[in-house]
Amino acid sequence: MSTEQLVQYLVSGATLGSVYAIVGIGFTIIFSVTGIINFAQGEFVMLGGMLSFWFIRVAALPPPLAFLLAIAATAGVGFLLERWAIRPASGSPVISLIIITIGASILIRGLAGQFWGKDAVHIPPFSGDDPIRLGGATVVPQSLWVIATMLLVVAALKLVLDYTMLGKALRACAINRRAAGLMGIDTKAMSLVAFSLSAGLGALAGVVITPLTLTSYDAGTMLGLKGFAAAAIGGFGSQLGAVAGGLLLGLAESLGAAFISSSYKDAIALLVLFLVLLRPGGASGEGG
Amino acid sequence: MLRRPSVSLVAALILMAVLSAIGAGCGTQASDSYKIGALFAVTGNNSPLGTPEKETAQMLEEQINAKGGINGHKVQLIVYDTESDETKAVTLAKKLIEQDNVLAIIGPSSTGESMALIDTVEKAQIPLISCAASAQITTPVKKWVFKTPQSDALAAAEVFDYLKSKGITEVALLASTGGFGVTGKQALEAAAPQYGIKFVASESFGDKDTDMTVQLTKIKGTAAKALIVWGTNPGPALISKNAKQLGLNIPILDSHGIANQAFLDLAGDAANGVILPAGKLLAADTLPDSDPQKSVLLSYAKDFKAKYNKNADTFGGHAWDAMTMVTNALAKVGPDKAKIRDELENLKNFIGISGVFNMSPQDHNGLTKGAFVMITVANGKWTVLK
Repeated sequence: MSTEQLVQYLVSGATLGSVYAIVGIGFTIIFSVTGIINFAQGEFVMLGGMLSFWFIRVAALPPPLAFLLAIAATAGVGFLLERWAIRPASGSPVISLIIITIGASILIRGLAGQFWGKDAVHIPPFSGDDPIRLGGATVVPQSLWVIATMLLVVAALKLVLDYTMLGKALRACAINRRAAGLMGIDTKAMSLVAFSLSAGLGALAGVVITPLTLTSYDAGTMLGLKGFAAAAIGGFGSQLGAVAGGLLLGLAESLGAAFISSSYKDAIALLVLFLVLLRPGGASGEGG
Repeated sequence: MLRRPSVSLVAALILMAVLSAIGAGCGTQASDSYKIGALFAVTGNNSPLGTPEKETAQMLEEQINAKGGINGHKVQLIVYDTESDETKAVTLAKKLIEQDNVLAIIGPSSTGESMALIDTVEKAQIPLISCAASAQITTPVKKWVFKTPQSDALAAAEVFDYLKSKGITEVALLASTGGFGVTGKQALEAAAPQYGIKFVASESFGDKDTDMTVQLTKIKGTAAKALIVWGTNPGPALISKNAKQLGLNIPILDSHGIANQAFLDLAGDAANGVILPAGKLLAADTLPDSDPQKSVLLSYAKDFKAKYNKNADTFGGHAWDAMTMVTNALAKVGPDKAKIRDELENLKNFIGISGVFNMSPQDHNGLTKGAFVMITVANGKWTVLK
């Protein structure tokens, strides 16, 4: 195995890992602000890709506008999910709310399948398809877009969370919802913000990854699962943890396929998740 | 709370029970139409196969009924969506057999689903005409199971013949982990030695995987002079794209599993140069007039395009063959499952879309190598390889 090949594996792993990282961040935001694990997160990624496809192909909009609309529309879906499904049930135990998100994911997937059909679809890459040579590996420009987007998201979130009032309010809810409420923060509104933001981020991930991987109505399932794994590996509370988790997962998949066996690629990734869940503190790293 | 129910309430309940029993009885014994069951993967991974199959079968049902049915009996096609799921396929098959009382079942769309149904149809003694490709469906022969697609074993032979003619002996294999890929891999590995071909790399990919650059990078590092990809869309399309990205310049040979428009759409430019064995439908207009299948192929292509405004493909063709075989049998022997089975088993010189069929008690597929042509993609179009 040459260094060329190793670099290729690392780049593939980093690209995949960046997608898992963005999805994982989505999980983390909602969890830290509301305590809910949102299993519809994968579907938000799918919607980003599918809506972009639809806006470009059917509504014949220029791609940049299509992408913005897709992200905004998906953020809207997140908003509606919180408003109509989560808020009415807000007195219920967290596990019920989690189950509601599972139901929402099934609904969104079903509607997508009905509306757009079951076939895989493709959107054009942002800056063309010509491979770039990077230290012995060939990378398509789109992979670089994915990694760059992930870094941008992390930076932008850090800015918002640390330097704006909204960000402080979100962090307060994450630390202690009760106390935040007592201090005059509208926790219900924060919940809405968390869902809309995560949905928008998921859609952004979908928009950048679809030119590389295609998307279809059920693409959200596996992505959601792996994003969940990324968030779990990183300890559910932390954004940077989700990023680390995502990259770790992407690399484990890539190197596992390269050195162990490509038949068991997914199994390796899920094994990593399994080991993390068995940690004394469990997925969130709290206690133990 | 538990007061004695009033007399009128009890009477109403009894009346409802009686009416629904009569209703149910009426439902399944409807008129004297001939019921044919169909199981297709209209949704899920295999929907590019199941959708044209369903559309073709329904188009034929309409055509037959428009001409007055079979010997005066209307044909009723009962189609269920297996969702590309093997467990669902079994449940729905049982439903067709026990509740809908069909005379025969056409489909399912995939190898995995078909293999799952074998026990059920053998026990129920009902003819099954599968639209899936693996040779294992009909080898060893099962009494009630038939299939219309060309075998993956035949496709493998075509691919190896081609490689041998080009003097290529070191080959890499990239097969899907689904039923089609797994059985195809077995067929390929079994036949390779006969053609002097050696697999220097054997990798796998999942049907829903989104990135195969790792497997292709591994393959690039070997001495392989050609790559065989065995799976159904969208995997092979992604593989062609990834291969182009990595600058993998060896010839790529695919299976007949990609022989539809979806592959061309998804792979875009990367599709050019791919070589595959396929049924003649894809390039029907370039066949010589002396070809016995030509007129059947062209008329199917024309009817399908007129009705659905898209191109017919080989998968729909498999359903055409299955449906036509069953309806021909019904016309000859009437609504008797055992007689239909016998009729199917003795079918000779049946000119279908997938080939010219000659069934026998030892061969429930009935096709030979002549059913395939080698096709390539040039300028985004399917062309016969010269």
